[in-house]
Amino acid sequence: MPGITREEVAHLARLARLELSAEELDHFAGQLDDIIGAVARVSDVAAQDVPPTSHPLPLTNVMRPDEVRQGLTPAQALSGAPAQEQQRFKVPQILGEE
Amino acid sequence: MTVTELVSYEDALASYDPVMGLEVHVELGTKTKMFCGCATTLGADPNAQTCPTCLGLPGALPVVNAVGVESAIRIGLALNCEIAEWCRFARKNYFYPDMPKNFQTSQYDEPIAFNGYLDVQLADGEIFRVGIERAHMEEDTGKSTHVGGATGRIHGASHSLLDYNRAGIPLIEIVTRPIEGAGARAPEVARAYVAELRELIRALGVSEARMEMGQLRCDVNLSLRPHGREAFGTRSETKNVNSLRSVERAVRFEVQRHAAVLDAGGTIVQETRHFHEENGTTTSGRVKEEAEDYRYFPEPDLVPVAPSREWVEELRAGLPELPLARRNRLREEWGISAHEMQSVLNAGAVELIVATVEAGAEPAAARKWWMGELARRANEQGVELAALPITPARVARVTALVAEGALNDKLARQAIEGVLAGEGDPDAVVEKRGLRIVSDEGALGKAVDEAIEANAAVADKVRAGKVAAAGALVGAVMKATRGQADAARARQLILERLGVAE
Repeated sequence: MPGITREEVAHLARLARLELSAEELDHFAGQLDDIIGAVARVSDVAAQDVPPTSHPLPLTNVMRPDEVRQGLTPAQALSGAPAQEQQRFKVPQILGEE
Repeated sequence: MTVTELVSYEDALASYDPVMGLEVHVELGTKTKMFCGCATTLGADPNAQTCPTCLGLPGALPVVNAVGVESAIRIGLALNCEIAEWCRFARKNYFYPDMPKNFQTSQYDEPIAFNGYLDVQLADGEIFRVGIERAHMEEDTGKSTHVGGATGRIHGASHSLLDYNRAGIPLIEIVTRPIEGAGARAPEVARAYVAELRELIRALGVSEARMEMGQLRCDVNLSLRPHGREAFGTRSETKNVNSLRSVERAVRFEVQRHAAVLDAGGTIVQETRHFHEENGTTTSGRVKEEAEDYRYFPEPDLVPVAPSREWVEELRAGLPELPLARRNRLREEWGISAHEMQSVLNAGAVELIVATVEAGAEPAAARKWWMGELARRANEQGVELAALPITPARVARVTALVAEGALNDKLARQAIEGVLAGEGDPDAVVEKRGLRIVSDEGALGKAVDEAIEANAAVADKVRAGKVAAAGALVGAVMKATRGQADAARARQLILERLGVAE
């Protein structure tokens, strides 16, 4: 049984608003399946005594005080934007919502 | 879109039992964002409060705001919740330009607070207990401006502009359990819940919770089921209902709409709906199951939050007196009914009256001026009571002048008018406008003599023992002194002059 199906890849692409051709779907589904299969091998060595974990370090409660730190200027913030207008990030028409 | 004829509210309730679920987002008043040190100042220039973390730039790492966590715990405790011993953040994945990271950092199946309740008081004094499912920490999104459409709406827009100043500001989402048993009072319960929650948030000092500023926003889930049926019906979720009045109207409208669909043999679609402030209706948004594929997973860039029991108990001990308990205490101290207290609350006068009493006024007098003359003026000007240019201390001084007999109510109203007009404190206004009651016996005596002389027939009646007729003479004295006489003293003098006793 594959780790991910072509249908699931198509679904994820749609959620990510990516338009993939049939060839691309075939291609990525195969590649992603390989990747998932490789990662899944971790389960082979994880015995009952190894709990699922979401962080490699045994840390908790890393917090910072509520003190303002200098961020970016608007010009810096927008410097990587493909398009901007009125000091704001400009994005294409938002489809399929509302 | 087909327009469904609404069923009348009464008919809807005759056939169905409403079940509600309310989700409230509170924007915390922290100085910085939830996961980075960017400022949260209102009204800043677009994109002037961002950094690599809240813009989702590669390599930037989030760190949790300690005050954000503390506020979440305090809210949880005030809502009688259990506080998690260990919990994580999660990524809620969705691709939409209001979140530059393409996910919102939130909490999924491990909320920091859960399993609580909030008691709310309805207008007639009845207490309704609303169960709290959970309260969790997350972050706000950026602000979109849609350009090119007719009305700034997304429909017909050619493109959108994003300001990420708000992206990353801490939010606490508070979710109720299904609210059952409210029946016809469902709209009132919904409103009272949001109102009480707002009071609670303000009492905790974690946010100003101003709904008109979006600091407290409500989503209303509603379903109907035929009377006697246990299972819930399909729900709709009305988003961003942003005033107390709108919460009430949205519930009422959805009850009527659901009933109409169900009566006609139709089925309710599970969807989000938009509330329209201008006419109190809702319209269909996106269909829910499609949008709900968020693929949550534990946030690998943040370590778990594990509040020690010592810290939790310390925060619990530091909670302020909670609003409902406080209102009940004040109600008893002031000697007023639950209904009267509700009016005081609705008028936004609780704190003002408390401050006025603290400044030395009698509770009854403080309440009388705030709920009477001052409420009337605030209403006339279309401003909140607290926005009137008069301090509780000055109101207290007016009540003191009345209590010591220097002013009567009519003169006190003029004194207040002067204070509101910026003429200074009450004493200065009384001085400048010459408002003090005429207690000079000579001047008052002269006015009394003149009144008797001018109204000889009335005076004769009084002499003949018809004491009630003296009122007309008191009236004449008050008129002659332009209301500045001490009416009781004038009456005494009139009766003395005419040789009769009360």
